[in-house]
Amino acid sequence: MRQARPPLRWRLREMGLDGVTLLVVPGVLFVLALFIYPFVYGLVLSFHPKQGGAWANYVTFFSNPYLYNTISTTLGIAIPATLINVVASVPVAMRVRLMKRQRLLTTILVIPITLGTVMVAEGLLTFLGPRGWFNRLLLLSGLVSSPVGLLHNYWGVMLSLVITGFPFTFLLTLSYVTGIDPSLEHAGAMLGARARQRFFRIILPLLAPGLAITLALAFVQAFTVFPSAILVGQPQGTTRVISIAAYQAAFEQYDYSLASAIAMLMALVQVVIIVLLLGGRSLLFRGPASSGKG
Amino acid sequence: MAIVSRDFRELRLDGVCRSFGQMHALTDITLAVGRGEFVALVGPSGCGKSTALNCIAGLLQVSAGRIWLDERRIDDTGPEDRGFGMVFQNYALFPHMSVRRNIAFGLATQHRPKAEITRRVEEALALVRLGAHGDKLPGQLSGGQQQRVAIARAVVVEPPLVLMDEPLSNLDAKLRLEMRAEIRRIHAMLGCSTVYVTHDQEEALSLADRIVVLIDGRMRQVGTPEELYTAPSSRDVAEFMGYRNLVTSRAEPDGNGVAVTVAGARLKGTPFEAVGGEAVVAIRPDDLRPTPGGPILAKVEIAEYHGRDFYAVARGPDGTDLYFRSDERIKAGDEVRLDAAPSRVLVYAA
Repeated sequence: MRQARPPLRWRLREMGLDGVTLLVVPGVLFVLALFIYPFVYGLVLSFHPKQGGAWANYVTFFSNPYLYNTISTTLGIAIPATLINVVASVPVAMRVRLMKRQRLLTTILVIPITLGTVMVAEGLLTFLGPRGWFNRLLLLSGLVSSPVGLLHNYWGVMLSLVITGFPFTFLLTLSYVTGIDPSLEHAGAMLGARARQRFFRIILPLLAPGLAITLALAFVQAFTVFPSAILVGQPQGTTRVISIAAYQAAFEQYDYSLASAIAMLMALVQVVIIVLLLGGRSLLFRGPASSGKG
Repeated sequence: MAIVSRDFRELRLDGVCRSFGQMHALTDITLAVGRGEFVALVGPSGCGKSTALNCIAGLLQVSAGRIWLDERRIDDTGPEDRGFGMVFQNYALFPHMSVRRNIAFGLATQHRPKAEITRRVEEALALVRLGAHGDKLPGQLSGGQQQRVAIARAVVVEPPLVLMDEPLSNLDAKLRLEMRAEIRRIHAMLGCSTVYVTHDQEEALSLADRIVVLIDGRMRQVGTPEELYTAPSSRDVAEFMGYRNLVTSRAEPDGNGVAVTVAGARLKGTPFEAVGGEAVVAIRPDDLRPTPGGPILAKVEIAEYHGRDFYAVARGPDGTDLYFRSDERIKAGDEVRLDAAPSRVLVYAA
């Protein structure tokens, strides 16, 4: 006797498809319209240059040092900024984890994120400028004889990236750190491990997968730096980042095709770095950072 | 057997106190744990027993008092330098390390030679009968196996003292019995002094040489399991040790003992504190038995079948609920006559 097939609705539900699944439709449409379509459009556009063959834009980019050097310039800012933010966030998060009043500190740290990079850059311009408080204090205290130039160069952009990026990496790291069962540290201490050994042998290996994600997100944020590179950087020289090159191609030379090609290369560099980070992450232990059945 | 506990005579707690802000979690704990002794700290939840263990471990600072290991004062040294083994309630195994590396951790921090570490880890694995699981990650083991790894990790460094913080409370009833036997076997084999925290009086009775009852952060009684089971020194300890029938009554001298009234019936009892006037009568359900012609007349309210016997609740004529055990089949609504031996009717000051 043939077994009756269950109704289609049941079979779909078995596969995880039911009425609730429809709720993803707006999200999918949103992603299609605002991410996939522009991306594909840009990709296609980049192969239709104003002059020359399909690859002409890419040839132009890699034959002009004024253009291809923007990759190393951007990496030269984004990688140190990312590392500073992530490395600094770990000890701070380890300490804050033990604090009772985390909320006030968290609020203070979230403010720079909500203000946005332009606001922070404006603040830096007045605070760190030659007549700003910072330099006045230094001059008054006699530590320096002429104002320190922290603006309109590499350091201006770096500072801006740290100020806006650190809260973000810190909050992510804090959530990863607090996810580690404190009894693991106690167990380490009972077995004679000092704070340093406990950190490197217990905490860090459990934190590493989370740090890889934090690094990836912080890197993307830093690599796409644009407002602060112009406002507090040196957009014609040391901080001529790749987004500036794309901007100039699009809105100064009106070469949307070349601008798209630069955007694609920008995306490619980010993808390469993220693949490296997440590839490294897959080699790490990624189980729950708790101890058994808690 | 190479794993033996390091030589020492005794651990002494001398007036140890610990407060959290205004809250006194531990008050004046004075206790000595001898070499090879198995001491259980018991008490209802929130009584301070885990706090006491963490103070011994060094994971918590004491607020006052001293802790000595023979002539060495240790209450101001960190947990890293005390060299005690500890087994945690949630096992606290390092999830990213294999079972072998977990067990080797303590030996590695002592910078022992590689060959010695390998040999001792294998011995410890054999001791807890997990030889075949050495390369697995803790997450791949069952709860009972994880707790065995935690025990191996704690004893492999040959600590003078092993501290166990409710090690069986996350296991199911059957595994708990198995692991209890396992802990007894390992303790007998290694002879390591053990301080064992539990809220389960049965666990304490079956494992410990000596039981310390903590209530509200104070030591209320110290004694052998038998002493605590048969002769709790106060009403609170009696309540914790399973004297479920606690009845307020008037006590009057009667020959060697006292006479009390329980559910309207007169019983002879044994006084445990200077008793005159108001008193509390404590009787274990196991000691209150249906007896033909027994003095207490009560009506069964609830009868639970427990395999060989019945646990039941009966209500006396004055509304007192009495918990008792019966070998005979009984059911709700039955009238029973209950009696208890005078030596098993404990009378405390109210």
